[in-house]
Amino acid sequence: MCQKDRREALKLKNNVLSLDATDIDILEALQNDCRQTYMAIGKRLGIAHSTVYERIKKMEEQHVIKKYTAVVDAERIGARKITAIVGVYTDPKETEKVAARLAESPEVIELYTCLAEELLISAKVIAADQERLHAFIANSVAPLPGVIRIRTSIVTKKLKETQFSIGNELKGAHL
Amino acid sequence: MTWESSSKILRTVPRDKAFYFFTSIGNYTGVSASSLKEFMERINDVNAKSLEFHLSRGDLEKWIAEVLQDTELATEVKRLQRFNLTGDALRSQLGMTVSRRFKRLTGQFGSART
Repeated sequence: MCQKDRREALKLKNNVLSLDATDIDILEALQNDCRQTYMAIGKRLGIAHSTVYERIKKMEEQHVIKKYTAVVDAERIGARKITAIVGVYTDPKETEKVAARLAESPEVIELYTCLAEELLISAKVIAADQERLHAFIANSVAPLPGVIRIRTSIVTKKLKETQFSIGNELKGAHL
Repeated sequence: MTWESSSKILRTVPRDKAFYFFTSIGNYTGVSASSLKEFMERINDVNAKSLEFHLSRGDLEKWIAEVLQDTELATEVKRLQRFNLTGDALRSQLGMTVSRRFKRLTGQFGSART
């Protein structure tokens, strides 16, 4: 693929990269199985493996593809964990500092600030058991300056967990 | 009891050593106490479920013994577990136990030293 084609394939609009249908098909293929070869992807999409390579390389350079990773089933390896959704209500002046401290904690695996009736930090927290979950919240979250109260829900059953899907999000808009 | 040991029990502890009142696992009420005096005051107005939660887990006597370093009060609080008290009955008994101890500690050397 020549430089011009590559530029056209990934256009920048308002600092957002514009992907074409081929890029999206490649991303969708990688999201299904990132270990498949360029050859296999190209064969499935009806394009040359060199095109697949070029597109992937470009998307890596532009950080459209952030990383390739393995999804580990913690239960299969005996690392039984409990998961909790922890809502931390804060003094608005301290929210950013509280969020920054929570982000440093290995127990926190996802972290969001949310607009609700009150400003809220929502954290997905994992711990070995309920006692350790409580100890983490009591010793490391409640004492943070600006924390007003905390509401914790322990996850009992996971009904859905997916990653962002390029196919669902963009394909319709581009085709 | 010496003035030094009373003062130690009555001191204000740093934020990370304060007692944080929860009603259940991970549910913090927003109420905390950094001294025995504050602890005594909070007992009167914190949700009674919080007192039940912490008494059943042994958190109250643990904090009193390990942070305030008052083993005598810790033993008295632990004794309350036997009576299976709940709600305002627990609040009342716990409040009396703690305030009795507080008065003993402050009365011994005069309230000016609290």
